[in-house]
Amino acid sequence: MTTQTAENAPAPGREPRIIAFCCQYCAYSAADMAGSMRLQYPPEVEIVLIPCTGRFDVILALRALEKGADGVYVAGCLEGNCHFLDGNIRARKRVNYLKKELESVGIDPGRLEMYNLSASQGPRFAEIAAEFYGRVRDLGPLHKNP
Amino acid sequence: MIIAERKPVEEIKGFIRDKKRALLIGCRGCVTVCNAGGVKEVEILASLLRLDAKKDDVDLTVDELTLERQCDPEYIEELASLTGGKYDAILSMACSIGPQFIARRYPGEQVYPVLNTCFLGGAMAHGIWAEHCQACGNCVIHLFGGLCPIARCAKSLLNGPCGGSAGGKCEVSDQIDCVWHLIVAKHMEAGALDRLLEVDLLKDWRTSRDGGPRKITREELVKND
Amino acid sequence: MTRPLRSGSRLEKVLSAGHFAVTGELGPPRHARAEDVREKVHHLLGNVDSVNITDNQTAVVRMASMAASVLAQKEGLEANMQMVCRDRNRIAMQSDILGAAALGIKNLLILSGDHQCFGDHPEAKNVYDLDSVNLIRVLKLMRDEGRLLSGHELPPDGRPALFIGAAYNPFADPEDYRVIRAAKKVKAGADFMQSQCVYDMPRFRKFMERAVDMGLTEECYFMAGVTPLKSLGMAKYMKNKVPGITMPDSYIDRLKGVPKEKQPDEGVNIACEQIQEFKEMKGLAGVHLMLVEWEHMVPRIVKQAGLVPRPRI
Repeated sequence: MTTQTAENAPAPGREPRIIAFCCQYCAYSAADMAGSMRLQYPPEVEIVLIPCTGRFDVILALRALEKGADGVYVAGCLEGNCHFLDGNIRARKRVNYLKKELESVGIDPGRLEMYNLSASQGPRFAEIAAEFYGRVRDLGPLHKNP
Repeated sequence: MIIAERKPVEEIKGFIRDKKRALLIGCRGCVTVCNAGGVKEVEILASLLRLDAKKDDVDLTVDELTLERQCDPEYIEELASLTGGKYDAILSMACSIGPQFIARRYPGEQVYPVLNTCFLGGAMAHGIWAEHCQACGNCVIHLFGGLCPIARCAKSLLNGPCGGSAGGKCEVSDQIDCVWHLIVAKHMEAGALDRLLEVDLLKDWRTSRDGGPRKITREELVKND
Repeated sequence: MTRPLRSGSRLEKVLSAGHFAVTGELGPPRHARAEDVREKVHHLLGNVDSVNITDNQTAVVRMASMAASVLAQKEGLEANMQMVCRDRNRIAMQSDILGAAALGIKNLLILSGDHQCFGDHPEAKNVYDLDSVNLIRVLKLMRDEGRLLSGHELPPDGRPALFIGAAYNPFADPEDYRVIRAAKKVKAGADFMQSQCVYDMPRFRKFMERAVDMGLTEECYFMAGVTPLKSLGMAKYMKNKVPGITMPDSYIDRLKGVPKEKQPDEGVNIACEQIQEFKEMKGLAGVHLMLVEWEHMVPRIVKQAGLVPRPRI
């Protein structure tokens, strides 16, 4: 028998904190490419490597939000190109499910998103990061008093 | 198993409005199997409730715990050290038996049901459950090709189908198979349609809920302390 | 076919004497004004042998079938009181049967009833303690053996002498089972049965041939349901939207062939031709005219189809 208590998260600064769960086969490689191409994207986006977006679980996003993230996105392979057949399809369903749950507690579902891209789309990776960063910055901090 | 589903968050939030410390308790029985109230669902709901409070800077603690079962007193006993003013709301994420057992054992606690207990059923596919039994207390499915007309016919007809059956679907919804269509089809395949002329049951509902709340006592199992 | 009279109702006597019977249908109002029942009765009086009084049809709350039946009979029109299994348990059913008989009702027609989700109280709890086949059995037990389901004996002059009616649907799925289900109701004790409205004559004829072969028409009077088509739109709606109804293209073409204002006349013509066919169909004992909210057309149809005057019994 164990009990868990939410730990209080460190306060994000004025800039939003964003966690991106990236599939190793596509988005993570695309991030590498963006780096080697010296493309700029917001440093507030912190990348978490996952073996496939099929590994993404709603609790990962919830913990991130609880512990101080202002937005979370999941980036997987293009639909039809998942290395594990349908990991990205499942991830999209989970993202859509969690969007509704977030809405039910008054959190803008736009703080969560699912993106699809291929390993060769370095510029697209930078674009997604910038776009999502802009969206979350506009929404403001998630917690009144983090 | 018992199939349940979580209440809307709004309703659950209503339970803990003005409360500061809540304990959310899952169950590893049926509701774990039907993805309604196991460890994972406890984690998700607790996180959502904490997020909700935190974003508005409301002081709320939601602790998590999942018991082996909530329909056996020995597991409910495990809560003893967590009661007595430690929490001002206990949210049970079991079927409605759980919150009843907790409330009975710990009369001083505020206990709330987080799930709606829906029916006795099975998984048709991952994520899809359907009602198969109504616990009428006197099983007769062998007379109907192994299908239950009491639980699975909207009118519990023992001599169906009614005139509302069309294209194999129930008049209530095209999402419901007409169980009588299935029963007839099964008998037709077996060349045994005439058998259905015989079934003419008059149901004795005393073994069902209509006989009042039910209780089973197995003397050989009862311990006399 | 002559059988010993069970109820002595007008409908039973007409059928028993070998006349081609005609029944109508009347939906009680959604309020307590008796005048509305009387008004509908007057379209039917003298044109039908008895009239079905529906029991909260489509699960919409209406004046009680028993009360409207009594009102109709006071006007001189015999009632076929309907009783559905949706709203009563076996206690209320048997009680209502005794009460109906005591009030002079002679014909009782038993149905499962539409599910309450179709009506004005979808949040209601339904009953379905007994299904229609079992309710037929219970009524027969009360009438012929003079016992309630509990075994309680009824005095010989306190048995409900009711002519037992039921419904059959030759057009629902699966086709091969339909005659078996009808047979089940006959076996349970139905004296007369009325069908769903008929448009597919070949399928209906096939059904009746099987019913005759099985000997069902020797034990029970089968009546065919007739609902005249008011318009081309109604015919198309029935064809496409109403489950369990097959609408032949020939009827649709006939309605298409006449201007809109003449379509009701053409619908009546079709119905009258059907009635002629029914009159000659082996095993068929009568027609059941279902003119929902078109009751005033009944006098014209029975005249055109040669169904009046009704026999004096």
